[in-house]
Amino acid sequence: MQADFLDRHSRLDSPVHRLPAGAKLAAALALVVAAVALPRSQAIWLAALAGPLLAAAAISRVPWGFLARRMLLLEPFVIGVAVLALFAPGGGWAFAFLVARASVCLFAMLLLANTTPFGDLLRVLGRLHVPALLVTTLALMYRYLFVLVDEAQRMKRARTSRTFRPGRSRTWRTSATVIGQLFIRASERAERIYAAMCARGWR
Amino acid sequence: MHIPDGFLDVKTATATGVLAAAGLGLALRQARRHLPARRVPLLGLSAAFVFAAQMINFPVAGGTSGHLIGGVLTAALLGPSAALIVISAVLIVQCFLFADGGVTALGANLFNMALIGGVGGWVVYHLLSRGVKGLFGRLVAAVVAGWASTVLASIACAGELAGSGTVGWRSAWPAMAGTHMVIGIGEGVITALVLAAIAKVRPELLGLTAPGAGVLEGAGAVVCGEAATTSAEDPVVSRTWLRRRRKPRHPATNLVSAANGERTGPLVVFGLLMSVGLALFVAPFACGWPDGLDKTAETLGFKDRESEHRALPAPAPDYKTPGISSEALATAIAGAAGTVFVFALAWGLARALSPKSARPPHGRA
Repeated sequence: MQADFLDRHSRLDSPVHRLPAGAKLAAALALVVAAVALPRSQAIWLAALAGPLLAAAAISRVPWGFLARRMLLLEPFVIGVAVLALFAPGGGWAFAFLVARASVCLFAMLLLANTTPFGDLLRVLGRLHVPALLVTTLALMYRYLFVLVDEAQRMKRARTSRTFRPGRSRTWRTSATVIGQLFIRASERAERIYAAMCARGWR
Repeated sequence: MHIPDGFLDVKTATATGVLAAAGLGLALRQARRHLPARRVPLLGLSAAFVFAAQMINFPVAGGTSGHLIGGVLTAALLGPSAALIVISAVLIVQCFLFADGGVTALGANLFNMALIGGVGGWVVYHLLSRGVKGLFGRLVAAVVAGWASTVLASIACAGELAGSGTVGWRSAWPAMAGTHMVIGIGEGVITALVLAAIAKVRPELLGLTAPGAGVLEGAGAVVCGEAATTSAEDPVVSRTWLRRRRKPRHPATNLVSAANGERTGPLVVFGLLMSVGLALFVAPFACGWPDGLDKTAETLGFKDRESEHRALPAPAPDYKTPGISSEALATAIAGAAGTVFVFALAWGLARALSPKSARPPHGRA
């Protein structure tokens, strides 16, 4: 079970990790909003925003390789949208600015996710009067995400160990069956979770 | 289709944020009123399911692969309000844990994928599956709805990007709608395949009655296997399992009807929110289109409150049918051809997937 593929480093110990979650969330949001509101003529200020971020990343001791890999994984989506800007007049400069600005925002959110446990963020949301049903849904989703991903991989392993390189249409059908089965198992797991929650005094 | 931070201006981000918050707030209120307490964990588990299902790859030509988006699948299984909450939860977690989709663009992403992709897709699915009965109808509806919701969401996305001045409408709209017309076919096909797989084991989840005892036995075996694998975790498991076996599942307590406590009221509001959004982000570009298309644009943006009609005219991006001089006419013909193609695909796939007894007689459309 790889229970930590999303926010592997959110439980490290460093001065950045020890900061209150609410403060980090507010800082990350403020930084993203500042970057987004920055007009294209003031592009140099992006560097001023990136500086504190890089410093925080260095203090947090989240491995640079991990952050770089995540950025590389997400950059194609940014570039995919930004490429459309190339077709407009003056596109080259706009493209570079868009990618730089989006990268600063990406880095800020990645750093937030990897220095703050998701449960702490949810507690902040609860304190901000986000509807309880949504917070419960998010908490359960985060809790069982890894269980279901694991379950899907187990089913996939079982399939590959029993089939002999099927053709494409067969792969589509079996993968769809895996997804269907995953939903049935998830809905049944939800019933057991409800029983377990009631047994532990929920509501 | 996740819009990153920095691609939307303040007015677009605010407007989409307000629309998405209104839609999500309404859905949460609906769920709080009508969703039974024992279904509350299902929302979180379904969100985790969508996330896990998106990690399963489907091979496409040339070494590339695609994955399910899941809006229409969730909506078909849970109903529109629950699906809106589930997809929103997925998008929020993707935004905060994975930085996929920007936090300032969260409203736009919720609007495109949860409201238009989920609820809009559900409207198409619901209307079509009412028109054609049984599993066959569900599958036809799933293909068309999966395709329509993907294309519509991409058009809304293009409108938001163009409205922010980030990209030009003339380059963004054909690129987004064109690619998503292809992606949408995959989405529709996967949705139908998954629904067919679920119908084989648990037809009542789709609001279908079980065709025979053999199927129910199959479901029992699944429950049994699942209970056996997890009973070590929790003693409650075996008890719920026993209780469930003794009590026959009857259609009135299935997930769909439980989540469908809602009536038309909230749907009208959802439709209104979508119309306002499309009118704000897509319609302003109508004047930039060739004259003949203005009317279609108006139909697309303003006039139709029903997503079914929105699905139908979706014109092909700047396609020209050879031999026809009028650009508007050519585009309209290309759009109609595309729609007919998707319907034909849906019909053929549904025929192949549904059991022989459930098919309509050959030759009847």
